[in-house]
Amino acid sequence: MYDFAYEKPTALAAAVSALTTDDEAKALAGGQTFIPVLKQRLNKPTKVVDLSSLGLSGITVTPSTVTIGAMTTHGDVANSVDVQKAIPALANLASMIGDWQVRHRGTIGGSLANNDPSACYPSALLALGGTVTTDRRTIAADDYFQGMFTTALEPGEIITSVTFPVPERAAYQKFRNPASRYAMVGVFVAKFASGVRVAITGAAQGGVFRHAAFEAALSANFLVDAIAGITTPADDLNSDIHASAAYRAHLIGVMTKRAIAAA
Amino acid sequence: MNVINEGIGASMRRKEDLRFISGRGHYTDDMNRPGQSHCVLKRSDRPHAIIRSIDLTAARAAPGVVAIFTHADLDADGVGGVPCGWQIHSKDGSPMVEPGHPVLATGRVRHVGDPVVAVIAETKAQAKNAAELVVIDYEDLPAVAHLNDAVKPGAAQVHEGAAGNICFDWHIGDKALVDAAFARAAKVVKLDLTNNRLVPNAMEPRAAIGDFDAMSGDFTLITTSQNPHVIRLLMGAFVLHIPEHRLRVIAPHVGGGFGSKIYHYAEEAIVTWAAGKIKRPVKWTADRSEAFMSDAHGRDHVSTAEMALDEHGNFLALRTSTLANMGAYLSTFAPAVPTYLSGTLLAGVYKTPAIYGEVKAVFTNTVPVDAYRGAGRPETTFLLERLMDVIAHDTGHDRVALRRQNFIPSDAFPYQTPVALQYDSGDYTATLNAALKASDWDGFPARRAEAAKRGKLRGIGMSTYVEACGIAPSKLVGALGARAALYEVAQIRVHPTGSVTVFTGTHSHGQGHETVFAQLVAEQLGIPFANVDVVHGDTAKIPFGMGTYGSRSLAVGGTAMVKAMDKIIAKGKKIAAHLLEASVEDIEFAGGNFTVAGTDRAKSFGEIALTAYVPHNYPIEEIEPGLEETAFYDPANFTYPGGCHICEVEIDADTGVTSVINFTAVDDVGRVINPMIVEGQIQGGVAQGIGQALLENAVYDEAGQLVSGSFMDYTMPRADDLPNISVGTETTLCTHNALGVKGCGEVGAIGSPPAVINAVVDALKDYGVRHLDMPATPQKIWAIINAAGVKLAAD
Ligand SMILES: Cc1cc2nc3c(=O)[nH]c(=O)nc-3n(C[C@H](O)[C@H](O)[C@H](O)COP(=O)(O)OP(=O)(O)OC[C@H]3O[C@@H](n4cnc5c(N)ncnc54)[C@H](O)[C@@H]3O)c2cc1C
Repeated sequence: MYDFAYEKPTALAAAVSALTTDDEAKALAGGQTFIPVLKQRLNKPTKVVDLSSLGLSGITVTPSTVTIGAMTTHGDVANSVDVQKAIPALANLASMIGDWQVRHRGTIGGSLANNDPSACYPSALLALGGTVTTDRRTIAADDYFQGMFTTALEPGEIITSVTFPVPERAAYQKFRNPASRYAMVGVFVAKFASGVRVAITGAAQGGVFRHAAFEAALSANFLVDAIAGITTPADDLNSDIHASAAYRAHLIGVMTKRAIAAA
Repeated sequence: MNVINEGIGASMRRKEDLRFISGRGHYTDDMNRPGQSHCVLKRSDRPHAIIRSIDLTAARAAPGVVAIFTHADLDADGVGGVPCGWQIHSKDGSPMVEPGHPVLATGRVRHVGDPVVAVIAETKAQAKNAAELVVIDYEDLPAVAHLNDAVKPGAAQVHEGAAGNICFDWHIGDKALVDAAFARAAKVVKLDLTNNRLVPNAMEPRAAIGDFDAMSGDFTLITTSQNPHVIRLLMGAFVLHIPEHRLRVIAPHVGGGFGSKIYHYAEEAIVTWAAGKIKRPVKWTADRSEAFMSDAHGRDHVSTAEMALDEHGNFLALRTSTLANMGAYLSTFAPAVPTYLSGTLLAGVYKTPAIYGEVKAVFTNTVPVDAYRGAGRPETTFLLERLMDVIAHDTGHDRVALRRQNFIPSDAFPYQTPVALQYDSGDYTATLNAALKASDWDGFPARRAEAAKRGKLRGIGMSTYVEACGIAPSKLVGALGARAALYEVAQIRVHPTGSVTVFTGTHSHGQGHETVFAQLVAEQLGIPFANVDVVHGDTAKIPFGMGTYGSRSLAVGGTAMVKAMDKIIAKGKKIAAHLLEASVEDIEFAGGNFTVAGTDRAKSFGEIALTAYVPHNYPIEEIEPGLEETAFYDPANFTYPGGCHICEVEIDADTGVTSVINFTAVDDVGRVINPMIVEGQIQGGVAQGIGQALLENAVYDEAGQLVSGSFMDYTMPRADDLPNISVGTETTLCTHNALGVKGCGEVGAIGSPPAVINAVVDALKDYGVRHLDMPATPQKIWAIINAAGVKLAAD
């Protein structure tokens, strides 16, 4: 780790100002991504702005929405009886992230700000058509993700909470990378009265994406068989030592079918 | 009476565990010496390059820097290279090519991770900062990482002196006899296979602290080693030229080794030498990424095996040809692994009358490869036991019957194999039968059918194996090229009130020696378990020793203890005879008492000890006071554990994911001192074997970069990857050591990989699979299933 200054503001405005007045300042949430990056000296911030005293954690459930504060940990989402009732798929997704230690530190805001192409939460946000609320605005999921590790967030913009509409049915199915146990292919399927949304994480070079062909078929008929003949082109999918693009394309079909069955 | 409960055969809880699992261990990195500085190594990020120049100007000026050293500084002091401990001769009689292994890269770097510059600063962070300021001007050279590429004409040359990258071209067995048998064979079955490269990943990364006392001129090295005396010998004599009495090597608590901490590493020499230079202690601790690119890797063989059979399925002859990756430099025992630890086991458990094996050792631009849990025996076992199933597949023989029919019969021991070794004891039919029963082999078809109903492909596989451990007779290994002896040393110090300290030259880094050796000594001397303490890991305390590897600690080190205790008992008898006014011949020792035969006149062990130290009434003319004895024990032979492992898997055809459902190991490890520890050792070994078979793979790309250089890409087995591992033992005693023990440290890792792959291949039998290389990852299995599906659709 290189030396850096450390700040722990107690007001959102102070945190935003600390981050915007200094281009090299970085926000710290659960540190589950950021601290390993610092330890490997892959990042050299001038200042680390700790978001843990801004009062950004907590879960609010209404009949039609689940709103989760940015600093809420994966463990708290997984264990929340309210989330388990409203959107069980979301609680289930959180329970599958990393291990106990990671879940008790890592946060939903950190995960979505980071937008790792293998992360789990991006698929939930995109499939549920949720919104990201920041210190200055609200961003729709479809506008938020802009390629791997890239989001619509402006420099210094802080996520304060994330809101998910409650679907009729939903499920998350994760095929873990055997080594890292991040998603090698993660599929979130959500059925609303207005139609079905399917988001795939882990598989594509550009990060999380919606599967238009599956969505069309499932909106017409929400059954496993509805997507039986549909293959996913491997062209834009990742290839690495664990999975070729063709294998990932295949797994997208398998995991989607499992998600439909589980929803 | 508690002697019986605590001695041989008792599952005593491990004394050491409370300390280790409650964070009270003292590992090398936990230790800090007054005035200590920190060393960080600037390592090569190139697989192969000429070092044109090294600019240290900026680094030297960085805050906190104490000293920076390159090979030039070592050369100026006459520091030698890292030595190799085993010399192999090629078929033509020429010695292996032994290119130098400089402590810091000299002129060229040969693998990613090759250390080039040692930066020493007040803190580790400052040393890291300064290391980033070191500027090395490289000229990249073509690199080669994979065995098959390295032996191609025109391949990049790793060492100028090693033409075609060949270190040696060795063979064993009778070629003419084998060729003749092949000529008359009814059937020949051939198999090409790869034994995947592994990264050991001990939980504690390597670390070393060098210290120098300017007053006495004494050096101390604290290091994560499995064998401190070997390090003192190699580093003292060959690298730093420090005589033994000026060099103390301490291997304190060590968190796992699996072979990777046997070897003498450059970092040990660097910190020790640098401590002398700067007159301050120097500490180095690897981080995990550094461990991936600097701990000796394991395995990495590519082989072809052919079996000649008669029309009834009897084995006539075996022929094998292997390429073994040595990496960029020869690590301490590397040349022995594919040869005398591997080729000599080609008979396996079978009475194959003629065997011929060839091994070419090959240099590549990769981390050096050396012994890793099992060391050569897992490679041979995988080759033989995969070959068994392939023979069954190709000839239509039942795989159990084929093995049974070709077993060395239980009445054939001692059995001389055609490849040098003589097995002293074993009963392969007994372990096979016990494993078949324990695993309900016969009930498998029903389980397969039930799994098929759930859409799962279920398979069962076995391996029947023997290995050679308890290494080893010094004379024999000397003749085979070992540059050291392989006896073991024990010192038994009986204290005046009868408690005992055992000093052993073996080293415990997770095995549970403190418990097992205490049980052994308590049993032999008839004293309470709690009265025995075991000391290891310090050249200043222990007379000598060769360390722990090759499942030798009990078979060789434990036997040395027995020899030392025999001397203690013999002396005790003389003291007792004097006190009891009897003749020595009439004194019997049992259950902790020296008794005049046929009477109830006796002296306890404690009374004898006290008399030895307070010799008021003592045969002082005849014997010295005190009760302390040392024994060096050189074994007469290797020991030969063996057994049968059976694995049952289920494959999810949709994803290619394999789950290990059941694993049954029935092993013959000789006499069992602590059944719980034996079970744990075997389960741990099986976990590593399942890891190799399904998960772990050290992957280099063509250019020589280590792609699986962290746990993000290197799949370490986790608890939920593993089934319950059922362990049983069937015992035949070793015939040439006093305890009848064989060894249990590696059998799990040796026997299990082929059992797993055989089960996977069995599960996939409807897809026309004959062989599958490790690791059997979901991607690999899906590709097979998918290709079969595509073929089916095309037909
Ligand atoms: C061993 C391990 C396994 C893991 N497995 C998984 C897995 O299976 N699935 C998965 O999805 N993830 C996994 N993760 C990642 C984990 O979920 C992290 O928690 C997450 O990626 C980052 O969240 P964090 O709170 O730790 O953020 P940090 O690491 O603190 O921050 C990450 C980045 O986001 C920025 N940031 C943080 N909070 C905000 C905010 N409120 N507004 C704006 N920017 C912000 C930071 O500046 C930083 O750039 C794993 C991590 C580890 C260490």
